[in-house]
Amino acid sequence: MMREPTMTLEQQLLVKPLTARVNTAQPMDLAVFEASGGYRALRLAIKELSPQDVQARVKDANLRGRGGAGFPAGVKWGLIPMGPDAGVKYLVCNADEMEPGTFKDRLLMEGAPHQLVEGMLVAAYATRATTGYIFLRGEYVLAAARLNQALAEARAAGLLGRNILGSGWDFDCFVHTGAGRYICGEETALINSLEGRRANPRAKPPFPQIAGAWGRPTVINNVETLNNVAPIVLNGAEWFRDLSQGKSPDGGTKLYGVSGRVKRPGVFELPIGTTAREILEVHAGGMKDGYQLKCWLPGGASTDFLLPEHLDLAMDYDTIGKAGSRMGTGLLAVVDQTHNMVSVVRNLEEFFARESCGWCTPCRDGLPWTVKILRALEAGQGKSGDIEQLVSMTKALGPGRTFCAHAPGAMEPLQSALKFFRAEFEAGIRADQAPAAGSPASSAAG
Amino acid sequence: MNDNLIRLTDLEREVPFVLSDAERHEIEHALGHYPDGRAASIEALKIVQQHRGWVPDGALAPVAALIGISAADLEGVATFYSLIFRQPVGRHVIKLCDSISCYLTGYDALRAALEQQLGIGYGQTTPDQRFTLLPVCCLGACDRGPTLMIDDDLHGEVAPGAVAELLAAYP
Repeated sequence: MMREPTMTLEQQLLVKPLTARVNTAQPMDLAVFEASGGYRALRLAIKELSPQDVQARVKDANLRGRGGAGFPAGVKWGLIPMGPDAGVKYLVCNADEMEPGTFKDRLLMEGAPHQLVEGMLVAAYATRATTGYIFLRGEYVLAAARLNQALAEARAAGLLGRNILGSGWDFDCFVHTGAGRYICGEETALINSLEGRRANPRAKPPFPQIAGAWGRPTVINNVETLNNVAPIVLNGAEWFRDLSQGKSPDGGTKLYGVSGRVKRPGVFELPIGTTAREILEVHAGGMKDGYQLKCWLPGGASTDFLLPEHLDLAMDYDTIGKAGSRMGTGLLAVVDQTHNMVSVVRNLEEFFARESCGWCTPCRDGLPWTVKILRALEAGQGKSGDIEQLVSMTKALGPGRTFCAHAPGAMEPLQSALKFFRAEFEAGIRADQAPAAGSPASSAAG
Repeated sequence: MNDNLIRLTDLEREVPFVLSDAERHEIEHALGHYPDGRAASIEALKIVQQHRGWVPDGALAPVAALIGISAADLEGVATFYSLIFRQPVGRHVIKLCDSISCYLTGYDALRAALEQQLGIGYGQTTPDQRFTLLPVCCLGACDRGPTLMIDDDLHGEVAPGAVAELLAAYP
C-alpha cells in the first residue's frame, strides 16, 4: 500500500521494512512471502547464528520497544535466563492494541501476518523460548483469522513446531484472543489474562523475564517491535540505525499516524525522529479546511497534550519526553478548535475510569471522581475549588501512588490540559461560586 | 401445598444445561494450547457465547469442570471481561467506539442517531431482541472515525444519516 512504483520490493524493504509488504486486501501467503525474502532471517539465524548472536544484533541496533515505553528490546531479552537448564520459557506478543488513537498493529497483522510470525520465530530463537502466544484483542477478528492462517502455513512447511527446519529446535505459537478490557495491555495484567485470570496487574519485581507466565521466564514484545526483528537480523544493526537518517539517536523506522480532522488520516512508516509537523502537514495533508489545530496527543490517550508550537519536535522517545509528554505509540490524535478541552478530557477520563481494573483504591475511586468533577465543569456547574482538586488528583493518582501505570497514564492528558487550557476549566465554575483564593487566573473564572 | 406443586412443575420443566458436542470439542481443542486448563477459561466462555449468543448460568459448572477450576472462579473471570455476556443479548451486538479519535470526529452525533433509531441506550436490547448497544474501547481504526462494530463487522466513517441503512443490513 505504500510502495513506490519506481522501486523494486527488495529495495522498498530496505527503506520501509515494516510496510513494504503490507497489503490489507490480500496479504502475502507463505509462498509469496518467502519469494520476497520472508523467513530468510529465520534460516540465517538457525544455520549461522547462535541465540546470543541474534540478541547482540538486536541490542546493537538499539531497537526500542514500539508498544509505547521505548525500552530496548535487546536489553529486555538479555534479562532472560539462558543455558541448557533454563527450561520452559515463553514469548508473548502484546497484540492487545487498545490505546485510544492507536491503529498501527492492526495494519501489520492484517496486511502482513507472516512478518509477525517470522518475528516471533526469530525472537524465540534468540531467547530460546519454547512456546509463543500472540495476545490479540478479541475485536481484531480479521487479524486473528489471518494470523492463524499464517501460523498454519508455517507449521505445514516445517517452519514452526517440532524440529524446525531440521535443526532440532522446537517452538510452537498460538493466537490467544481476549474478551475486552484495556488493562490487558499492561504486561503483567496481560500475563494474568493469558493464564485465564482476571486481568489485574501483578507486583514487579519479579519482572516477567524472571517469573512471568505460569511462573516461567517470559518476554513480552509489541507487534511493531517484533516486526523489526527479522529485518535487523538480515540487514544488520548498522542498516537499522541508519534508517533514522540522522533524525534521531534512535534507529529504525516508526509507524506514525494521525487521526482527527485532518485531510488524510492514516498510518505512515517514516524514519524515527521525523518531526510531528512533517507527519501532520505532509503525510496527513494538514488539517481539514475550516479546522485549526488546537493541541495534539503524541501517542495515545495516556500521553500529555502538546501544542502547535511543539510541532517541530522530532517524534522520538527522548525528544517528546523532554517536552513534557511521551511519544507513546507515536500515533497523533489532533484536537481542532471546535472542541472544548473540558469535554475532551472528560471523554478521556471516562475511558480510564471505565477501564480501571479496580485493584487499587486511588485508581478505582479517583478516576470516577475526576469524571464527576469534569462533568460538572462541562455543564457549567463546577464549584469553587474543583480545579485545585483536579490538580491535586494529578499528583495523588500519579507515578508511585498506584499499583500500575493505568492511573498515572490517565493523569497525563488531564495535567497537561490544566496547564495549557486552564481558562476553559475555570469557565465551567458556576457563576455564584467565588473563585478560590490564590487561583492564578481567578479573574477569568465564569 | 399448591405453591410447592407449582415450583416442582417448574423445576421439572427446566431443561438442564448440556454442553453440545461442538462446544466440548472446541474447548478441548483450546485446552491443548496451554500448559494449564485455567488458561482456556476465556476461550471456553467465548466458545459458549459464540454458540448461544451469551453465557447462561447453567454453562458455568460444566465449563469449569471441563477446564478444571471451580464455577465460582470461572464466574469471576466471566464478569471481569466486558465482551463476555452474562445476560442475553440481541441477535446483533453493536459495539460503538467511544474513545478519543472517534469522539473528535463525530461520536456524539452517531451515538444520538443510534439511540434514537433503536430506542435504547447503552447496555440495553431492543424489545424485538434484534440489537444490543454497547460502548467499546478504541477499535484501532482511528483513521476512519467514527467507528462501530456490528457483530464481527467493522464500519468506519459512519454518518448519523447512514445509520438506518446500516442497521437494515442486520435483520
